[in-house]
Amino acid sequence: MTAIQSPPPRQDRPRLRTDPSGSWRAWPLRDRILLGLCWAAGLFLIFVAAAITLYMAFKGIQFLRPNLLWTRPEAAIDQSKSGGFLDPMLGTLLIIVGALAIAAPLGIATAVWLTEYGKPTWLARMVESGVEVIAGTPAIVLALFGLAFFSQGGLGFLSTTGEGGAVFGRSLLICCTVLSLEALPMIVGATREGLMSTPRHVREASYALGKTRAATIHRVLLPTARPNIATGCALGMGRVAGDTAVVLLLGGGTLQLAANGSIPGLNTLQGTGSTLTTYVYANSPSGEGGAPEKAYAAAFLLLLLVLALNWAVDRIARGDGRLGWIR
Amino acid sequence: MDPLMPPPPIRRIVVDAPHVPVAPPEPLEAAVRARPRLATDAVERMRVEDLTIAYGPKVAVNGVTLPVHQGEVLALIGPSGCGKTTLLRSLNRLVELTPGAGRGGKIVLDGDDVDVIEVTDLRRRVSMVFQQPNPFPMSIFDNVAYALREQGSKRVKRSELMAPVRSALERAGLWDEVGDDLDRPALRMSGGQQQRLCIARALAANPEVLLLDEPCSALDPRSTAIIEELILQLREELAVVIVTHNLQQAYRIGDRVAFMYLGELVEYGLAADVFERPEHTRTAEYVSGAFG
Repeated sequence: MTAIQSPPPRQDRPRLRTDPSGSWRAWPLRDRILLGLCWAAGLFLIFVAAAITLYMAFKGIQFLRPNLLWTRPEAAIDQSKSGGFLDPMLGTLLIIVGALAIAAPLGIATAVWLTEYGKPTWLARMVESGVEVIAGTPAIVLALFGLAFFSQGGLGFLSTTGEGGAVFGRSLLICCTVLSLEALPMIVGATREGLMSTPRHVREASYALGKTRAATIHRVLLPTARPNIATGCALGMGRVAGDTAVVLLLGGGTLQLAANGSIPGLNTLQGTGSTLTTYVYANSPSGEGGAPEKAYAAAFLLLLLVLALNWAVDRIARGDGRLGWIR
Repeated sequence: MDPLMPPPPIRRIVVDAPHVPVAPPEPLEAAVRARPRLATDAVERMRVEDLTIAYGPKVAVNGVTLPVHQGEVLALIGPSGCGKTTLLRSLNRLVELTPGAGRGGKIVLDGDDVDVIEVTDLRRRVSMVFQQPNPFPMSIFDNVAYALREQGSKRVKRSELMAPVRSALERAGLWDEVGDDLDRPALRMSGGQQQRLCIARALAANPEVLLLDEPCSALDPRSTAIIEELILQLREELAVVIVTHNLQQAYRIGDRVAFMYLGELVEYGLAADVFERPEHTRTAEYVSGAFG
């Protein structure tokens, strides 16, 4: 048996790293240019975000008065008489809650069906493409479709109607319904991600205890995906809060929440109103242009709301040490 | 190979092979030495007859006939992909969840064909523990109680479930460690504790057969020893079937050993016979570490 020869010792000394932090200096020119561009892109985004936030904060704090928060808006040329934005604020909250109340159950159910059942396959593919199409449809197109759909005579109970039975297809309820389509893809996507990241053996462990698929979904899979569902909902809320086109077309165009119908509570949903976004639009120079200062104040409030939602998303997504399985 | 002549190398490798990862701690050694290696009075709980399982065109298990006895540990050994896990998963019909899986032959539990038993009922009677510890993302108590509750309903009160949950945790040797903190999230426990919780969960519904699919492969030697000891205690009350890649483990805790190769059952017998006096060349090669 021959002994295995070990290789001879190296004669050339390995190059030692001299300056770890400045190692890019030794890169080829092309790589250095690209590195510079990457830096520039990141810094540019920070600059834009900071510019928006600071400008809005500067303008907003300048014009935001506490009484704007609890006085109702009035249609008046004189700015001192045009009131605050209580109604748009309530409208925004109402629309967030309403759209989510429709989108969350629908989105979670869709995600569960797609991940856990998904048969027949062609139908699952169709549902997937359907969700993608909705996600890619511009808000204004959704709004136009909603207008056409809810102006049908038979759906008059949902919206404001004119004398003689004309259905206008405009109400906060219809806004919620159409806006729920904007939140839906995010909830479906996030829930699916949570369900799909649950290992197969965890599902099988539940089946192996004699549990049905329904019990497994209800007691094991949905609790596992809860952080993902919460993230999806928060992202959807951000979309809904920021939407202008749908509310502009379907909200009915009144600044105040104008109830319509006889059942208290429901009649607000059946009636018309505005949100912070449409309020900003109406008061900005591109709308009626009546009160740019109030538009700034409302825009600042909206920005705060969306930032708060983003912060919530971040907290939920990061989780407090979310526990996982040994892999 | 002459079956009458025990080849010394096999004996050496099985008993004091140099690559044994860690010497098992004292209690287990004592248990192995003390336990009777006989199975004449064992009750047959399950029987697999001419079982064939295929995933599409690929045959995973081919014509296997095998009894499962209460009071014994049956160890399924064989190289990767030999069909031992598929065989195990067919015993509680979990293999049906795999798309494209088809089955031929018969599996009997206490005289009843498993196909006529309601599948949820079958899986309560033939329980299973998996390779990776997989407690559900809920408290320790709820993990065990989940097995007891009717389809996961929360209607049964916690106080009513406390006694059976406690008994299951005691049988799995976990009560002393977690009994005072049952509300802790199960996923915060150590890997070994998680796997014992999975055993407790599997025991909660008082199964007749316990299936273990490489239950120690994700665990450290210390946790492995604890679980092996536990398995030896459990075999008095129920039939245990364990799939393992670890030959030392199969030898330590198996009363009977089934060696599978390419989907077929090559050899089945008492552990001492299979390891020390194998009848087939393939078995002798495998248990001596020549392949696999």
